[in-house]
Amino acid sequence: MWNYIIRRLLWVPFLLLVVSFITFMLFRLGPGDPILVILGNKYDPKSQSVQNLREELGLDKPLMVQFANYSINFFQGDFGESFRYRGQSVRKLISAKMWVSAQLSLAALLISTTIGIPLGFFIAHKQGGWQDPAIVTICLVVMSIPVMVFVPVLLWVLCLKNLWIPFWSGIPCSGWGGLFDQRIIVPALSMGLPGVAIFVRLMRASTLDVMKQDYIMTAHSKGLGQFVIDTRHVFRNAIIPIVTILSFSLAGLIGGAIITETIMGIPGIGRLAVQSVFDRDYPVIMAITLITAGFFAIANLLADITYALVDPRIRYG
Amino acid sequence: MIQGIKTEPEMDSFQRKGHIHIAFDRLIRKKIAIACLVILAIIYFSGIAVDWISPYGYTDQDYTQIRQSPNFSHWVGTDRAGRDVLTRVLWGVQNTLILTFVGMLTGGLVLGVTMGLVSGYFGGYVDGIIQRSGEVVSSIPTFFLILIISATIRPRVIEFVRWVEDNSFLEGLIRGGIVDYFVISLSLVSFGWIGTARLVRGQILYLKETQFIDAARSIGVSTSNILFRHLLPNAISPLIVTVTMGMGSMIGAEIFLSWIGLGIQPPRPSLGVMLWESSNISVIRTEPWLMFAPGSVAFLMVLAWNLLGDALNDVFNPRTY
Repeated sequence: MWNYIIRRLLWVPFLLLVVSFITFMLFRLGPGDPILVILGNKYDPKSQSVQNLREELGLDKPLMVQFANYSINFFQGDFGESFRYRGQSVRKLISAKMWVSAQLSLAALLISTTIGIPLGFFIAHKQGGWQDPAIVTICLVVMSIPVMVFVPVLLWVLCLKNLWIPFWSGIPCSGWGGLFDQRIIVPALSMGLPGVAIFVRLMRASTLDVMKQDYIMTAHSKGLGQFVIDTRHVFRNAIIPIVTILSFSLAGLIGGAIITETIMGIPGIGRLAVQSVFDRDYPVIMAITLITAGFFAIANLLADITYALVDPRIRYG
Repeated sequence: MIQGIKTEPEMDSFQRKGHIHIAFDRLIRKKIAIACLVILAIIYFSGIAVDWISPYGYTDQDYTQIRQSPNFSHWVGTDRAGRDVLTRVLWGVQNTLILTFVGMLTGGLVLGVTMGLVSGYFGGYVDGIIQRSGEVVSSIPTFFLILIISATIRPRVIEFVRWVEDNSFLEGLIRGGIVDYFVISLSLVSFGWIGTARLVRGQILYLKETQFIDAARSIGVSTSNILFRHLLPNAISPLIVTVTMGMGSMIGAEIFLSWIGLGIQPPRPSLGVMLWESSNISVIRTEPWLMFAPGSVAFLMVLAWNLLGDALNDVFNPRTY
């Protein structure tokens, strides 16, 4: 087991190296000069200042040298300096936005799980009845609404019509005010409600799986009540696969939500990513890609390890 | 020689229906699946035939009819430039249809299935390389991946197509939207292959240990025959489910790309661009049809594919139903 974990952990830096190489090459070989972005109107390809800036940013060196320099710095924790926001280190820029996205996604995840898991558990008990297909279908319907439509409709319903979120108090519905601000409700709902379908399906399948097991029949035959069986035997075992899925969702927290953040004007990592792609802000794009990739790789590993810990039949050699 | 057995009359009555046949029988008994198929057929057909159905072109402007609400001559109203919204939505459907099908066929089916077959059957180094590259690609969030790919590759492709136009008799390639199609399909393919490749690989790993493959190998069936005639047909049912469910996310990705400005370029209509122009709260208050027309069509397409995938899953895996 330890052998396996160490081998997988050694793979993570290699994976990051490959990911960084791909993104690095894509952007450097793609057209568009970052110097042009930095200087804007003052850009003049023949002037000395452009040459100086190019040298200062290290853009005049051969590609492989640039890449090697970048990788060495990255693994030392130095993500460089943003091209767009001169003088700001990428690390500082990203960590602030990442915190915003993480809070938002956490709120969304809370909504998905608190609705999805009990609902999935419930409909697994109603198998064959009308509740089961009805709820699954409703969840699919909510999941299929395009986010670009869902967000304005939510805003309209909650902020304008129902006045659920006090619109009159002068607080605008869009924007960002932290985890405990009312403005988080709409973006969190728009991200969380589509996710309900995933948890409902997973929980339903895993509950059905557990209910077929012999030990549940044993519990029934020794005369335990339905409530005790449900809480003590079924739920506890059915939740295990969900926990491993959660590790992926937690990694997704870092990635942010591009569409919701763009519409709602939330200063998160998704919006920053889009901006940096359009601005050719190489250091920021590289750092975001690498950090999310690293989180996903580690989440993958965590999921595998939890599986093995939970189910002794699974062994990794 | 096998046909000889089949022709005996008493065998016919005992002939068992094939797996796919049984599944199809179950599928057409599901009302919801039929409804989905009908919705998809209607939307896609009107998307393909829009040029003949609609009396308007997608750039035809009528300045006497700006921001009209739905009426008899414009069924879903007109936009701020006096263009017929329904016509533009249907043209957008056509673009979505072409892109998602191309993406799914080349990426999800051809590339994904081949990778999965090769990876599962041969194992060893090939398997390692394919699986690791899948891991690399899937470690980058999907939307971010397609964003990076389309942003970096598009200008290069435009340059190349310009060069082709200058050096050949072909004209209007860029205006015709070839570049958009190519770039979007490429970015859809970039993530589309992983799901099917993993699925097929898993199926093959299990199937290749079965006795009928041993038998086929022992009588000297060639490798390609084993792969495509013996292994693939047995892995087809989960593949159908995955591809159907994947269509929803393909459509979502295509709309996202055009929405962010890296997909189909205006004035060519696309659902994503129309949603970008109208996805805000003031549109709901003043011209709701501008948002709900493209929005509901996109919603219906995604929903129909998702429900169809769900129904197919029930049909092929009666165990979970």
